[in-house]
Amino acid sequence: MTDELERRLGDPGVPSIDVGALRASLAMRAAEAGLLDVAYGMLDSPLGPLTVMVTPRGLVRLSYGDESIEAQLDELAERVSPRILEAPEKTDAVRRQLDEYFEGGRHRFDLSIDWRLVRGFAGEVLRATARIPFGRVSSYREIATDAGSPNAYRAAGNALGSNPIPIIVPCHRVLHAGGGLGGYTGGLDRKRFLLDLEGVLPPRTTA
Amino acid sequence: MPGRVSSSVHLPPFERLVDAHARELHRFLVGLVGPMEAEDCLQETFMSALRAYPGLRHGDNLRAWLFTIAQRKATDVARRRVRRPTSDLDGVEPVAPADAQPADDALWSTVRSLPAKQRVAIVHRFVLDLPYAEIGVRMGTSDVAARQNVSAGLRRLRGEVER
Repeated sequence: MTDELERRLGDPGVPSIDVGALRASLAMRAAEAGLLDVAYGMLDSPLGPLTVMVTPRGLVRLSYGDESIEAQLDELAERVSPRILEAPEKTDAVRRQLDEYFEGGRHRFDLSIDWRLVRGFAGEVLRATARIPFGRVSSYREIATDAGSPNAYRAAGNALGSNPIPIIVPCHRVLHAGGGLGGYTGGLDRKRFLLDLEGVLPPRTTA
Repeated sequence: MPGRVSSSVHLPPFERLVDAHARELHRFLVGLVGPMEAEDCLQETFMSALRAYPGLRHGDNLRAWLFTIAQRKATDVARRRVRRPTSDLDGVEPVAPADAQPADDALWSTVRSLPAKQRVAIVHRFVLDLPYAEIGVRMGTSDVAARQNVSAGLRRLRGEVER
């Protein structure tokens, strides 16, 4: 009977497959083979869930939970490499240091940074920002000056607003010269929280 | 070195391919090589795909691309089997006996002994339920040839299984 044979051919007796385990195993093998160009992992923080993305060069992106992870992965696929897999253990160092920072036990991050997502003047601004120590603040104009263009403080503000690695590249430490909070990609509540955590509160809290 | 992507190519994050296609590829591979080997084959498929991925010139029909790779991995398994027939083991029981496979084993071992083109066409047609035109696209043949491969395979199966 033709129909009977075709029916039997439709069922090869497929055991169920655990896609999560497959992903984990692929991530491990890809890393061993040098084929994992972007690894990512999540952590919980007092500021909500954070996503950590690393490349073999270092931390390339850190984002707050309110940004769509799919959109970020798309951006990394385009700008860094599409070889992207979830591999939490590759982000362990970053996650551990962030935990310590939020618990108050760490004032300096000791991590290599992959600056690939920032170009030109924005890169200069963010590198200057990375040098502001814990517990200190700077102004948009000072940062523009440190980045080599004292008059480009608006451009400096834009660069800080699109910082791909908040918290660790501490753009929250940059305030208006008069003491106003200025802006923050993650929202001003988060900026206030971080400044508070670091024992710095601006003299005036009007944004 | 991380692969370079030219700005005109939009490839999704690789992980999304795994999520979207793992189950169907697995089903395909079970049809071709059996449940014992399918999972290994699936991993090898994704590893090969990951290696080549950033070098793709376009992101069209990634699904068909993955199935082509899976088909190649299944062929490798079939070749290894021919090279190491269990009867050569001279009384030593194979570690994973063939009867570890589920019911309908006789039918599926017959499918797996079909010539490659017929085997792949049969699995595409009945396990994945694809129309002939799509089978042709995936196997790089016309839909007429796809139909011929399926009916030749069915004829052989009927001869061997339905005696």
